[in-house]
Amino acid sequence: MVEGREHGLRDAQGRRIAPGAKVRSGELQGTVARVEPAYGVLTIVTEAARAGKTERMVRASTVEVLEEAPPRPHHEPFIRRYIFSLDHKVIGIQYLFTSLLMALVGGVLAMLIRLQLGWPGVRWGLAAALFPGGFAGGQMKPDFYLAVVTMHGTIMIFFVLTTVLSGGFGNFLIPLQIGARDMAFPWMNMMSYWLLVPAIVVLMASFFVTGGAAGGGWTSYPPLSAIPAAAPGSGLGQTLWLIALAILIVALLFGSLNYITTILQLRTRGMSLMRLPLTIWGLFVTAVLMLLSFPVLFAAAIMLLFDRLGGTSFFVPAGVYVGGEVLSHAGGNPLLWQHLFWFLGHPEVYVLILPGMGMVSDIMATHGRKPVFGYRFMVGSIVAIGVLSFLVWAHHMYTSGMNPLVAMAFMTTTLAIAVPSAVKTFNWLATLWGARIRFTTAMLYAIGFVSLFVTGGLTGVFLAQPPVDIYMHDTFFVVAHFHFVMASAALFAVFAGIYHWFPKMFGRFMNERLGKLHFWLTFIGIYATFFPMHFAGFAGMMRRIYSTQVYGFLQGLAPLNVFISVAAFGLGLAQLLFVYNFLYSLRRGPVADRNPWGATTLEWETSSPPPHGNFPDELPVVHRWAYDYSLPGAPDDFVPQTVPLRPAPVAGGQDDDREPPR
Amino acid sequence: MANAPQQSDARGTGLAVALLIFGLVVVGGVGTTLYATGRWWLPPVASAHGAAIDRLFYSTLVVTGVVFIGVHVLLALFVWRFAARGPGRAIYFHDHRRLELTYTIIPAVALAIMVAASGVVWARVRLGAPPADALIVDVRGEQFAWLARYPGPDGRFGRVDPRRIDARTNPMGLDPDDPAARDDVVSRTLHLVAGRPVRVQLRSTGVLHSFFIPEFRVKQDTVPGMTLEIWFTPTREGQFEIACAELCGIGHYAMRGQVVVHSPAAFEAWLAQQRPALSPAP
Repeated sequence: MVEGREHGLRDAQGRRIAPGAKVRSGELQGTVARVEPAYGVLTIVTEAARAGKTERMVRASTVEVLEEAPPRPHHEPFIRRYIFSLDHKVIGIQYLFTSLLMALVGGVLAMLIRLQLGWPGVRWGLAAALFPGGFAGGQMKPDFYLAVVTMHGTIMIFFVLTTVLSGGFGNFLIPLQIGARDMAFPWMNMMSYWLLVPAIVVLMASFFVTGGAAGGGWTSYPPLSAIPAAAPGSGLGQTLWLIALAILIVALLFGSLNYITTILQLRTRGMSLMRLPLTIWGLFVTAVLMLLSFPVLFAAAIMLLFDRLGGTSFFVPAGVYVGGEVLSHAGGNPLLWQHLFWFLGHPEVYVLILPGMGMVSDIMATHGRKPVFGYRFMVGSIVAIGVLSFLVWAHHMYTSGMNPLVAMAFMTTTLAIAVPSAVKTFNWLATLWGARIRFTTAMLYAIGFVSLFVTGGLTGVFLAQPPVDIYMHDTFFVVAHFHFVMASAALFAVFAGIYHWFPKMFGRFMNERLGKLHFWLTFIGIYATFFPMHFAGFAGMMRRIYSTQVYGFLQGLAPLNVFISVAAFGLGLAQLLFVYNFLYSLRRGPVADRNPWGATTLEWETSSPPPHGNFPDELPVVHRWAYDYSLPGAPDDFVPQTVPLRPAPVAGGQDDDREPPR
Repeated sequence: MANAPQQSDARGTGLAVALLIFGLVVVGGVGTTLYATGRWWLPPVASAHGAAIDRLFYSTLVVTGVVFIGVHVLLALFVWRFAARGPGRAIYFHDHRRLELTYTIIPAVALAIMVAASGVVWARVRLGAPPADALIVDVRGEQFAWLARYPGPDGRFGRVDPRRIDARTNPMGLDPDDPAARDDVVSRTLHLVAGRPVRVQLRSTGVLHSFFIPEFRVKQDTVPGMTLEIWFTPTREGQFEIACAELCGIGHYAMRGQVVVHSPAAFEAWLAQQRPALSPAP
């Protein structure tokens, strides 16, 4: 056996050992099923006369190829290619499109929230005509409002940001950036997407059932969410919400197993862990977080379903009196749900921000033409954030009724997680120092990301401290905080990523003029919408309230809420520019070539869009880290990862980058 | 940079983005915050421990405000200064161990100080035992109202049983078989005494609520199946509102309660007028 230049295996005659080839190994004869080039072994399916098909694993060095595998068909049928595709790029784009579509839904729900909070009690003819079930006499109904709030949060967190970052960018970028042909488990990858679809169908169907969609908030605290009589949205809508989430979690677990395995096992030659682009580090730690935290929510969701449908009492204590009668539940504890939920819920917010941190680092380096500053600290802080994110969950529970002493511990871990976050921020600043910034739309969004992350991160310092949080908890200050640090920052990373990788995904550019206009309006719109929410929180305005008119202490907030609503509508409208630009550029954007931004990472070494299998013939070999921008003495201001550290050694030498023996 | 779209003049864009960051975020952020202090701000504090919480809030505001301004000014400066202009390349500068350690250690130390400072406040407001002379009140959340109970002359709360709840005659669900329940006083309005510590024991009938009095800087969820106690000292006579801060159903936005803080004499006078909840109407 000799190793080919492509990592594939060949036999002594140089014939390719590939799935489908007829081979012989000693006495065995059969068809190659799978090849593991990294280990030099392959699996043969033999057709023994009586035993039926058997699989045997053999060493590649013992194999003789009798008949090479037929060339792969170039044109798969449409359905295999675009619908039930196994190609990670198609699956990534499916995730991207689906998430963007859900973002539109979530965005419309946000507009409904602001419609109500800006002008409580006003009759809206048009909105009432569009959502006949949610309005009575032209006024939004309180149960509809709560369903809208709940679904906005659920959709944006689970069905937009989680899916677009890990499912969309993760799927598209991981194999391309590590130099692999596809994910480790393509079929599981397809299943991951095709479980997302039913999850969405179930979730959206809940709008149309009796009682409407779930109305317990995206956190769905029991007993409200456990007792159907407690609220209209606690009926079938809540059951569907739990089922949708359970399906989604299975989809995300398929995905994260795949990402972890792929990153660990399928890196191309030379791609050591410390040469991975930070995008991959972010996605990798994210996948680990998902794998470890989502099963907990899955278990909690099943337990809550049992409480609702099976008469168990995980979360409902004895003596609960709802709707004029005492329920028969006994022995449960509502705080258990909160612990289980936030054991997922806090890692979840890092699931939304870590991929963005990685992407923004890479985009900043590419368009700033400068290496990322402090790569090791960047990797270290991503890992540190990942570890600490499992130790901070109860900072959501300072007022929940848990022992106040416990709050001390969670305050400490929560403020500790601010340290790696601060390190990242300063590293981004240092990356900009001495850069030569090209103000592409992607770069603008990356810069905006840093601003939003800082603004939202700093308000977290208030909330981490239990004494201050006592006042701020469950007010609009919290709403402002997480919309900056998690929602808007992650959204900016998504936009940066789309403007940056659109040419790679679709072979065309998005319009930069429209893109920049979109950035300006979005950046201003986000600050105008969410910054004043801090003040509403200072004044004590609670989350999830349908109207501010009942309380005396909220009366002065009316003009503030009108301002926020107007800003939010502007922000919402500005996104139409993006929708137009995206759809138009898919077909009409200027054609992009292989590496238009002058980037170093592997995805730019193949055509735009990359072919099936990603790299036309051989897999690239990596010789250097991902950030050789403006390397002194190099001919261009970027050196791709595939360029050897020094000119290729003597003829006959391997294109390896090991130090020559002294 | 093979065929990337033509970019507009980097120097101009850099200046514009720098001005955006400085003008919108720094000037706008600080300016609107100053503007908000007079209008949309923490209501004047009306409890003893609230002052300590406010001090912590303001010191956090100053510290985070300085970082907010500092980081954004640097961001704006760098964006303006390091726009691609003229020929030449970026500097190849990607590691500086001492610099990185500096900006790891300084935030770590600052945050450690913050942990200590708020730990001290937390220990005072939440972990300390209530004084012996504290008033004791039982407050129960329900969908969508608050109900307060005073132990009556015997100083003991009687047994409650959710099966005995009757919206008109016995909203608290007092158990008449328990002698201690017969003198319990029940009120829709919470009455407290200025300057006298109060232990509030919080319960809920069915779902979560959160007992929130903004002026007192008090917020505690009420959890069915649990009796949670907090204590504080109102410092100012007057009327305040109890808000529900935890989503509890369609009436969540309207679950408004009232607190009246009396002078000691006025409180005793009010209490003396109250009849036990289980006594037959005259």
